[in-house]
Amino acid sequence: MEYIIIIISAIFVNNIVLSQFLGVCPFLGVSNKLSTATGMSGAVCFVITLATLVTYLLNQYLLVPFGLEFLQTIAFILVIAALVQMVEIVLKKISPSLYQALGIFLPLITTNCAVLGVAITVVTKEFTFGAESHMLNLGQAIVYAIATSIGYGLAMVLFAGLREHLALNEVPKSFKGLPIALITVSILALAFLGFSGIV
Amino acid sequence: MSKWSILTDGFVKNNPTFVLVLGMCPTLATTTSAMNGLEMGLATLFVLVLSNIVISLLAPVVPDKVHIPVYIVVIATFVTVLQFIMQAYTPDAYKTLGLFIPLIVVNCIVLGRAEAFANKHGVLESLLDGVGVGLGFTVSLTVIGIVREILGSGSVFGWKFIPGDGILAFVMAPGAFLVLGYLMVLFNKYLKKS
Repeated sequence: MEYIIIIISAIFVNNIVLSQFLGVCPFLGVSNKLSTATGMSGAVCFVITLATLVTYLLNQYLLVPFGLEFLQTIAFILVIAALVQMVEIVLKKISPSLYQALGIFLPLITTNCAVLGVAITVVTKEFTFGAESHMLNLGQAIVYAIATSIGYGLAMVLFAGLREHLALNEVPKSFKGLPIALITVSILALAFLGFSGIV
Repeated sequence: MSKWSILTDGFVKNNPTFVLVLGMCPTLATTTSAMNGLEMGLATLFVLVLSNIVISLLAPVVPDKVHIPVYIVVIATFVTVLQFIMQAYTPDAYKTLGLFIPLIVVNCIVLGRAEAFANKHGVLESLLDGVGVGLGFTVSLTVIGIVREILGSGSVFGWKFIPGDGILAFVMAPGAFLVLGYLMVLFNKYLKKS
């Protein structure tokens, strides 16, 4: 039951872009075309899950036992940067086709605040399940990471679809580009607000 | 380029929010009220100025290949310092801004200024650039915060002058995108020199 709550909450109710504002820069940056949006979502999903697994273990078995929680920010960002670099090298060797598909997006992900945001959230925030609330265990943290990145992909693909239509329309000069995109996201976020209260 | 123009560029010509469109996450997330926007802006200003100074000093000795990781460590160090300071002196602000304080590390403005300015210029210029861009960011965030607070709860900096509840959506996520979108339209129309 707790797993279902985590999944629904991470994808719809607390959507990472539309209600938590994490990863907005790449969300606005690469959502011009549906194909790039899908590629970016795939890469983000991969890195968020891997980064959450590694940082969770690092926090649990290294930082907490030695009382070094204040180093979380530095340790996590270094781990994520190294991880992204490593994933890039490994993918290049093992699966060149996947590397080709994700290629340009991988280096961008280090500075995607969604990755660091999820890593910090799972080790610091208490989640509420009905009446009780507690920290996530490893399995729940991984499920949360995967569900969050599915939510990211969902928002990204929806928005890319809207934007492809937007490109065909005449908009006033001052609205061109980002302003009209932001107003569109606002309406999308308003639609997602309808999910609040489900869990 | 004169020192004065380095300082003032961050306000309009290189405004981090409306022209460069960097650091969108804290811009949208923390501007639920004018005060929150101001606090977030000042927190970023602190990190930006200090990291600009240190990076301008380090840049000549850091090998080109590892410069990004080095900059990130410098920035992360100052963020951790900021976390300590805020926990000690402004615990309330630390609680409201929450996740977005550690996330200053991945704020593209800070790394962006390090890459685009601080590693090519002297200490004084980098300091001025940090102050200019940081203040530009602070002012933008405060303005967005003021607009959202007026529409969402009918008050400015907590001083309530419109009775009633206000439009709740402006305090929540959709209002953030909408206010930023429309402010960007106004900025494009009246302030941007093309």
